[in-house]
Formats: sequence, C-alpha cells, structure tokens
Amino acid sequence: MSFLQLKNIVKEFGPVRTIKGVDLQIDKGEFIVFVGPSGCGKSTLLRLIAGLETITSGSLHLDGREITNLPSSKRDLAMVFQSYALYPHMTVFDNMSFALKLAKVDPAVRKEKVERAAKILNLTQYLERTPKQLSGGQRQRVAIGRAIVRAPKVFLFDEPLSNLDAALRGQTRVEIANLHRSLGATTIYVTHDQIEAMTLADRVVVLRDGLIEQVGSPLELYDRPANQFVAQFIGTPQMNVVSATALPALTRIAGPRLPSDGSVGVRPEYVKVVGSGQGIPGTVELVEALGSDTLIHVKVASDVHLIARQSDRTSLKLGDAVGIEIDQNALLYFDNQGRALREMQQAA
Amino acid sequence: MSQPSQATAFPIVRTFFAWFFALLIFFPLLWLGLTAFKTEGQAIASELFFKPTLDSFVEVQARSDYLHYAKNSLITSVVSTILGLLIAAPAAYSMAFFRTNKTRDILMWMLSTKMMPAVGALVPIYVMAQTIGMLDSLPALIIVFTLSNLPIMVWMLYSAFKEVPNDILEAVRLDGANVWDEFRHAILPLTMGGIASTGLLCLVLAWNEAFWSLNLTSAHAGTLAALIAQYSSPEGLFWAKLSAASLLAIAPIIVFGWFSQKQLVQGLTFGAVK
Repeated sequence: MSFLQLKNIVKEFGPVRTIKGVDLQIDKGEFIVFVGPSGCGKSTLLRLIAGLETITSGSLHLDGREITNLPSSKRDLAMVFQSYALYPHMTVFDNMSFALKLAKVDPAVRKEKVERAAKILNLTQYLERTPKQLSGGQRQRVAIGRAIVRAPKVFLFDEPLSNLDAALRGQTRVEIANLHRSLGATTIYVTHDQIEAMTLADRVVVLRDGLIEQVGSPLELYDRPANQFVAQFIGTPQMNVVSATALPALTRIAGPRLPSDGSVGVRPEYVKVVGSGQGIPGTVELVEALGSDTLIHVKVASDVHLIARQSDRTSLKLGDAVGIEIDQNALLYFDNQGRALREMQQAA
Repeated sequence: MSQPSQATAFPIVRTFFAWFFALLIFFPLLWLGLTAFKTEGQAIASELFFKPTLDSFVEVQARSDYLHYAKNSLITSVVSTILGLLIAAPAAYSMAFFRTNKTRDILMWMLSTKMMPAVGALVPIYVMAQTIGMLDSLPALIIVFTLSNLPIMVWMLYSAFKEVPNDILEAVRLDGANVWDEFRHAILPLTMGGIASTGLLCLVLAWNEAFWSLNLTSAHAGTLAALIAQYSSPEGLFWAKLSAASLLAIAPIIVFGWFSQKQLVQGLTFGAVK
C-alpha cells in the first residue's frame, strides 16, 4: 500500500471549487513535485495535505492511518514556507529545536539533533543568531533545517526558492536534491518553475484548474505528454503546436495519422533551420542567442510561428528567408480535445 | 507632514512652537504643583513668589487617609487591567485569526459603546449595584472599570495580533503546537509590546477614572478621585489643599507614565505607521 494516499480530494471555498477531485498515491521516499500555472490549486492541495485548510470531501491517508480531519499539529509533517516563516523572536537554534521542545524531547537529544542538522546545512556558526541577522539564503536553510530536525513522515515545500535570486536558487536546488538523496524522506514540493520540477522530481504531478492533468517521471512528461497542455507546459521554450488546417506542408509530413481537426506538436530541438528553397519556407522573426543554445523564431504562415532550437550559433538575421525541416518521428499528435494520440490507439 | 526642506528651513520657529504648546499644556500642571506648596491665602492671591510650605499636605493626610484611597486606586486599576486583559486577549485572538464577515461589525459595535456618555448608564448601573448590595465596594468599581475599558483593550489587542504573520502561526501548528502553545510561544512573545501598551493604557485610564468612582463609592471604596473631590466641597474651595490632594493623587501615575511613555506611545499609534 502506498505511503500517502489522496482519495477524491475536493476543496471548495464558498461556491468556488478549487480542487475538483484529486486521486494520488505517493510511495515512501518519493520526491513528488506539484507543478502548474498560477491558480491551478497546487498550493491549496499542499495546504490540504498539511491540514492548514479543511478538506471539503474525499479522504487522506498517511502511513495506514486516516488523517483527513486531523489537526496539522498531529499529522507529523514538516513544511518549508515560501516566506520561510521563521520565528523572529527565537535564535536559529531555538527555531530548529522548537518542534522537539514541544514534543518534550530531552534537551541533550535536541541539542545533538539540531547540531547535526546545522552541520549538514552549514549553519553551525549561526546557531545563536536571530533570523533578522541572516541573509535570505541562510534563512532558507534554517527553514529547511527546522523541517529536517524533526524527521517527519513527509516534507512539504511550498515554493521554497521563489524568494531567492537566480544563482542562489540553482545552488539551493542542488542542495535540496542532495538532501533528499541522503535522507530519503518522502517529499512533496510545490513550484511553478518547471526546471525545479524536472530536476528534483521522481514523479511530477501537473495540475490545471484543480485537476491532475498527468502524473509521471520528468522525461515521461517531456517525451509522452498526455495532452497539449502538459506538452506545452513542460519544456522551455514551449513545444510548437500547429493545427492540422494551418500549415498544409506540415500536415503532409504528419501523414494520415493526423486527424483533420487535430493538431501536431514538435519540440523546438527537432525543428531544423535549413537554407531557403529546402523544406517549409519561412522568414526569420527573431534570433535569441543564449550562448549554449540559439533560438530562432520563424514565421512560416501568416499566423503560424515555429521556434527552432540549435546548439550551433547562427548568422541569420531578422527577415532572412529560410527553410524548415521536421522529422515525422519527432511529431506528437493531438485530437480536437487536445488529447495526445498514441501509436497504440492509432493501431487499434 | 511638512517636507524635509521646509522643516529644516525654520528650525527656530519650529522649536519655538513646540515649546510654546508644550508649556501651554504643561502650565495647569505646573500651577497645580506650585499651589500645592502655598498657604490658602497665597493660593487665592495667585502669588508667583512665595515661601513653600508642606502645611496643605499635612492637613490632607490628617483629614483624610491618603494611603487608604491610594490603595483603593491601586487595587481597582491593577485588578481591572488584569481582568480586562484576560477577557480581551481571547476575544481579540479569535477576531484576529478566525475572521468572519461579521468581525468588523462586532468590533465597530464594541467601540460604539464608548460613544455613549457614561452618565446615560448611571441610573441602571447605580440601581443594579444598589440592588445586589455592591454600592461603595471595590468589586463594583473593578467590574465597571473592566467593562468600560474592554472595547479599547479588544481593539488594541486585535490590532497587535493582526500584525502576526499567518505563516508563522501555521508553522507553529505544523511544529506540533496546540492552541495554548501557539499563544504562549508565538503570539505572546511577538505581541508583547502591544499587550504591554494595552495594559499600561488601561491602567492609566482606570487610575484616572473619576465619574464612576465618585458616583458609586464614598468613604469605604473611594479612589484618589474621590479624595480630590472632597476638597472642592460646597462649604468653600480650598485651593491649596485641593492642589495638594490632586498632586498626591496624580504623582504615582505621572512617575509611572514617565517610565512607560515609550510603550504608551507605541500602543496608541499601533498600526498607524507601518
């Protein structure tokens, strides 16, 4: 049986249904990331698991026990907040040992556990400071330390890196990944940043409008998205999606598998820019040189734009005439509802 | 607020006005202090230069037992403040952290009770106190002081509690805290300043309260306000003794106020600047 189980979870705020029936099984030790656009309900779902909001209907089971209506304090979960939510009147040591103190753990044991966590997080020299005297990154580490000291059943992270600058964010992301590898703790992590989702997760849960769109490993989502939404949400730059009627040349490449009211998707790395006269004709609209990659935006029809990604640099300029080549094997097919069409379904 | 450039352009004018108004406010107190050390004759003559004497103080203490009244003032103000805090804190807690769409109305309604003149409630409260035999008793005063200060206390504590970030309370709950732990370890230390200001203000208000102590008490449970009133009797005014009694009555609260002025100002301007 799975460790944490969500069964048909529904949350309503007055007349508004924010979470519309979510089923999810999480195994012990898994790193799960909830990802989705703003307002998709990912934070609400996390807060429901934490017990910070009441569940309207459905049930929640942790380690074989129903916890649907249990108060937060009795759920044995630890949460890292976006704002860190450190206790401003306590030292770093007291912040980290607070939960143990409430649990009436022996002071000597408390000290040992806090010191061990502080060592892992490089906080040893800051234990006597108050949160005000720390930098953003240090505060973030204290918030994580406060969670790991307790060795809870599940770690909950609510957009923990969004208040850090880009460099620190990348570094802390690696630290969180290492931490998870060494502690092996079950973790649920909410983010709107798909790079965090892709790099940290064992499994990613993509949410939209209070419903799960797809659950799967990062590469599963990237290679075999369940629908157009997931296909375009995962991956930067976005997957190119063109409806069957918009670009006859591409529809010809796609072949008979593409329904006439469907659409076809291709990731930018499979869009090849070649010399004009070959492939699908188009004009360069924008070149974004990122150093390691170059993104070339090409207008191929009056309202169809394709983005190509290549690792080679380019001398192409705005307005240059080019050709586009796309391999049929790189195409993804969607029906008129945006659902992905798998080869299996095609054969049947 | 004036702009910085203007403020620095007329420092002398500004200082002059500050002193002028400060002295204007302080003058009655100064006059009171001077008069207390005069004889009755000098007091009526409004002499500015005189030989100070303690006669008035001696006579006030001889005619009415100062310590008895001071003790009553101390008991009523301290007990009513503690009682008020104990009632107001949970009320403010629930309003600040478990808001409903009626919370604002309830707060306004509580405050609106302070808009009614106290004399409007005099007859019913007097009759009630008389009926249950509590006229001229300390508990009656304590109850009235507590109730009349409660709206302000709830309002002030509510403002103080609202400053506590919700995330911190949620973090405390996830750390395993029950409601009491949450209050003791998070809300109380984070709002100590606001709670102290509330307590101080209510202590001062209760100490200075005159209307109810004059109307509900006489010799037994009278507070310092009642002591002062004894010296402005129809038989004639005794300026020097009245001043001496007043000075004795307000001296403790002036000393107290001096030491706690920072807290008081913080409490009165809570939420105003942020």
